[in-house]
Amino acid sequence: MIGRALVHVPPTAKRGEVIEIKAMVAHVMETGYRIGVTGKPIPRDIITQFVCTYNGEVVFRAEFFPAVAANPFLSFFTVATDSGTIAFSWTDQNGTTKVQTAAITVA
Amino acid sequence: MRTAAFIGIAAFLTTLAATLSATVAAEIPLDQRRPDTDFIGADTRAMQNDDTANPGMLVVLDGEALWQEKTGGSGKSCADCHGDAATSMKGVAARYPAFMPELSRPVDLEQRINMSRVADQKSAALPFESKDLLALTAYIANQSRGMPVAVVENAQSKPFIEAGREIFERRQGQLNIACAQCHDDNWGKQLAGNPVPQAMPTGYPIYRLEWQEVGSLQRRMRDCMTAMRAEPYAYGAPELVDLEFFLLWRARGMKVEAPAVRP
Repeated sequence: MIGRALVHVPPTAKRGEVIEIKAMVAHVMETGYRIGVTGKPIPRDIITQFVCTYNGEVVFRAEFFPAVAANPFLSFFTVATDSGTIAFSWTDQNGTTKVQTAAITVA
Repeated sequence: MRTAAFIGIAAFLTTLAATLSATVAAEIPLDQRRPDTDFIGADTRAMQNDDTANPGMLVVLDGEALWQEKTGGSGKSCADCHGDAATSMKGVAARYPAFMPELSRPVDLEQRINMSRVADQKSAALPFESKDLLALTAYIANQSRGMPVAVVENAQSKPFIEAGREIFERRQGQLNIACAQCHDDNWGKQLAGNPVPQAMPTGYPIYRLEWQEVGSLQRRMRDCMTAMRAEPYAYGAPELVDLEFFLLWRARGMKVEAPAVRP
């Protein structure tokens, strides 16, 4: 299950400015390789895809694999072009998607 | 060659014997105390100090939601009685563990939350280390961030602080070592490649990278006891609470950092 998301986008930026974006989401990222206390393997449960869009245009995407730690945290840069919405979406192995958005004002 | 080697070994054994014979630990002078954050790597410290990168904040957000959630026979949420946690809970975590006259003994923050759940909300107590109990504890502890640890030492609480000290200074487990031998006598040195901190638990509940999740001070102490090859006390055992009480008394005046990030 994909839990709470914590994203950071600067609320305001100058046009053409390079901005840092941070995105973290609560998820166990269970590898599928661990053995539980009962002796049975713990089934794999991971997020497989992350996409960040800026006014609908993809600015960053990533594929996740079992080696990614729990509560994956990403930080990346983009150029502030226009005011609008930056949307973050995480999709798990079952196809469930969680979306979080943040607004940015570009002057 | 042989003589040099012999002197080397003899010197090593003497040092070892001197280290191990120091059973009565010297308490760290107040002005030499340092937060455990000083002993972690720069990357981990940066992660802790940036709320957008600290994974413990995900749990704090969970706690914030639980604070507003109505539960139990009373149909009340924490907020219905306590209002805005930012004001009502400011400084509260800094005073725990605290002596409860009705129980004639101290309780830690987790136990205090459960007391209110049972008595006021008419709900079931949350199990130790459950996601919800950790979330509420982290949320409440976070309201005291930056404030000095202020556990109350008085005639009633003193015997429990001293009981905690006795456990801290007592040799235990198959390795036959005391907490104090590492954390009072040998802090700052390396243990299996990691610096030994002073054990000033100002940031609990912590997000521990090894655990990949948030955990309580009791869980951390139980881990240490397992590493000493001692039988850990059960969650909620009076001994663990006494030990927590002593450790926070020892860290009195230091800043609360919850939720801290540890390797």
